[in-house]
Formats: sequence, C-alpha cells, structure tokens
Amino acid sequence: MTDGALPLIWRKFGERYDLDGNFCETCKTAYFPARTVCPKCRRKGKLVAQKMPKNGKIVSFTEVFSGPAGFENEVPYFIAIIELENKTKLLSQIVDSEKEKVKIGAKVEKVFRKISDIDPEGPIAYGYKFKIVE
Amino acid sequence: MAGIIGYGVYIPKNRITVEEIARVWKKNGKAISKGLNVREKAVAAYDEDACTIAVEAARIAVKQAGIEGKQLGAVYVGSESHPYAVKPTASIVADAIGASPELTAADLEFACKAGTAGMQMCMALVDSPIPAWLEYGMSIGADTAQGRPNDALEFTAGSGGAAYIMGKKKEEILIDILDTYSYTTDTPDFWRRQHAEFPRHAGRFTGEPAYFKHVIGAAKGVMKRVKMEPKDFDYAVFHQPNGKFPIRVAKMLGFSMEQIEQGLTTPHIGNTYSGSMMIGLASVLDKAKKGEKILGVSYGSGAGSDAFVLEATENIEKKRHKKSVFEMFEEKEYIDYAEYVKCRKKLKSL
Repeated sequence: MTDGALPLIWRKFGERYDLDGNFCETCKTAYFPARTVCPKCRRKGKLVAQKMPKNGKIVSFTEVFSGPAGFENEVPYFIAIIELENKTKLLSQIVDSEKEKVKIGAKVEKVFRKISDIDPEGPIAYGYKFKIVE
Repeated sequence: MAGIIGYGVYIPKNRITVEEIARVWKKNGKAISKGLNVREKAVAAYDEDACTIAVEAARIAVKQAGIEGKQLGAVYVGSESHPYAVKPTASIVADAIGASPELTAADLEFACKAGTAGMQMCMALVDSPIPAWLEYGMSIGADTAQGRPNDALEFTAGSGGAAYIMGKKKEEILIDILDTYSYTTDTPDFWRRQHAEFPRHAGRFTGEPAYFKHVIGAAKGVMKRVKMEPKDFDYAVFHQPNGKFPIRVAKMLGFSMEQIEQGLTTPHIGNTYSGSMMIGLASVLDKAKKGEKILGVSYGSGAGSDAFVLEATENIEKKRHKKSVFEMFEEKEYIDYAEYVKCRKKLKSL
C-alpha cells in the first residue's frame, strides 16, 4: 500500500475487511464488489448494501510461482476464484491450506490477513484471504 | 454487574518445536524442552500480525455472544507487538468486526497483561451509568511475541490471542465476575525500548521479585477479598511465561495440578504474551460447568498482575464453542527454523 493510493484503498476497507457488497432488490442479484448500477435492471434496479457470506467453494485456482511486486517472498502461493454461498464470485489468495487439498469444489472460509506490507515505514493493507475448511 | 458474554481464541497454524530451535544453536533441545515444560510454540504466518490475530479472535467472540459488532461500545487491544507504534490496532479491529464508528477504542500495553487490564476497563465501562449507551465492551490480548535469536525467550515466545466481551444482561452472561484485584509495582524485569526489535530481560530476576511476587500478591489479594481459599476453586489459571512457572506458583499458593492443567496451554503453543492467561482461561471455559469457580491471574513485566474470581453460569453450557482450545492446538503444521525466520521477518532483508 503506497501513500499515493491511500484514499483509494481506504474507500475499500468495507469491501476488504468484511466483504461489503450490494444487492439488487429488483432482480434479487448480489454483487461483489458493490455496483453503482445494477447491470441487469439499469435504472429500474434498486441496490442496497449487503455483506457477502463468509463461506464458499473454489471454482478455479492456480499456483503462483512468480508473484507481482510485493508478493515475491510469498511464492509459491495459490490464488483461486471462489464462489460464495450466494453465488457471487471473487478472486482471493488461499492460505493455511495443504497443497493437496486445494482443488475445485473445496470448501473455503474467509480469514483476515495482511495483504501488503512492503514499506517498513508505510501503512499496512489488511483484507480478506480464504482458507480450506474440512 | 458486568460479566463475560462471549470469548474467542485464535492460534496461528504454524508450530516450531523447542528441539528445532535448539538444533540451530547447538543446544540440548530435549533438556531445554523438559526444563521449560514447553514442547512447541505457535508462529504467526508471514501475512499475520497481532492485528490479524485480534480480528480472528474478536470475530469468534462476537459470534458466540450473539450480538452485532456495532453493539460494542468499547474495543481495547492489549499487545506488545502492535503493528504500528502510532496508529491504533483497535480501530482496525473495530472496523473489521463492524463496530465502527460509535465506540471508544484504544491500544494498551503492559507487557503480557494489557489484555486483562482491558477486561477491567470494559467491566467498569459496562457497569458505569455514564456513558449510558455503552452496553458491551471487548478486550483482546494478542501478540506475535518477540524473542531474540539464541536468547532463552526464543524457545517460548509464541503467537496467539483471545478476546473477551463484557456485558451486564443477566440472561447473556456466561461467566460472572465475582471480583477483580490488581497488584502493581515498578519492577524492571523485562522491557523493550522504543525502536528496539527484541525485548531484554533480567534473567533469574524475572522469577522471584517479578512473576512470583506479583502473581501471588494478586491471587492472595483477590482471595482475601472474596473470602475464598484455593480449595474453593474448581480451576485456576496463571500467566504462563513457560510451562514451569505456573505449576510452581500454583504449588506455592496451594492449588493442585488437577486445578490448573486444563488452563495450562504454554506447553503446546508457547508464551503468547498478552494472550497467554486469556487463552488458558478460554480453555477452562471449554469445560467449566454451572457454579464452578475459577481463579485467573495474569502477569505483565514491569510489573503487575490482574486477578479475577469467576463463576460459570448455566448459559456457558448452552453456548459452548464447537471447537475447544485443545482441539485448536492440534490444527498445526510444523515449520523448520528457516521458515520461522521468514515468517517472523528475522532476516533484515525481509
């Protein structure tokens, strides 16, 4: 988290800390990240804030061996597309999980971790990651 | 009167054995492990710190209490490994559990006992007529304990934390707090100066004039106030800098091994500093039945002890956690010293 990006990241605390998304009461669809307009209903849509469920399952995953800047020390690590219990999907790092258990269909649960802590004098970015649950 | 309405524990998955640490420094691991009565310690992962540990423990506590995060009027985090020197851990925790913005929050530090000092503050706030809007308060003790490589502390300094929520509605209280008492003096047995990475300690001086004097002072003080003796308690939990001191202090006070073994957690996860006594107490609450009495005594270097006399209510049996603290000890993955160095960023280039 660099100083220049602070306001941008701060606006996402709700999303990153507690999966704050929204829900269209017209078409009964949940969105994460939150949408400003329901892409299905457009102006007829009525979006209300909603927290996403904390559990889901892996629908696809990959193991990262060459991470982007700030993640070099964490490789190899898994990232996965996770389908939450309300069918919304998100991309997340998988932690605290044995390699052989990371597979399509595996049940996962949200955990709170550091996302980025690269500058010893800079701010720390916290947020969601997921771990496999038995 | 304020009582405990929910509690939660979080212990990182990684473990390193005392023997593995001793292997690196060419010491006798078996003898050290036996002498300290510590087999292994929990190690926070590369992306964990006292704040992430506090959030995980807090979320479990809020869920058990059956309240919404926003109902909390106070959040205190006691730690000696707060991620920031200036910028509260408590505000991050409060935001992450949905308690913001209507609450008071602060970080506390009193070596290993800041979490129990926070419990006393929450008790007082919950019982006080002002502020009238404050119904619930939460105190967390969480640490990623620092130990200098090749120092005696490195064998025990572990990671973990526990959160306790205080409330005053009788129907919600799991554990009644019958009394609390503290014993504090200026005793320089262990410290870490500003900007110093690792704490320093005064060796054997951390025993008699420090740990034993204050734990015994607080334990005797609170027992005198409630007119109880060691035999009147079903359980006792003491701060656990290693696995040996709490057993010795129990004997000195007249408690049996049966009374303390359920709360003895350091042999499995090391000394989690601010989390130590609070995790031990949570382990006792995994078993405590209605009417059973518990003595809990924390200790923080510098030095002081907070003692609590607790009594389990019938609600604890209805709201017991599915996963016990001892079951959490078994959810582990062993790492070697090199991985431990990486996880705890003991290499300067990390």
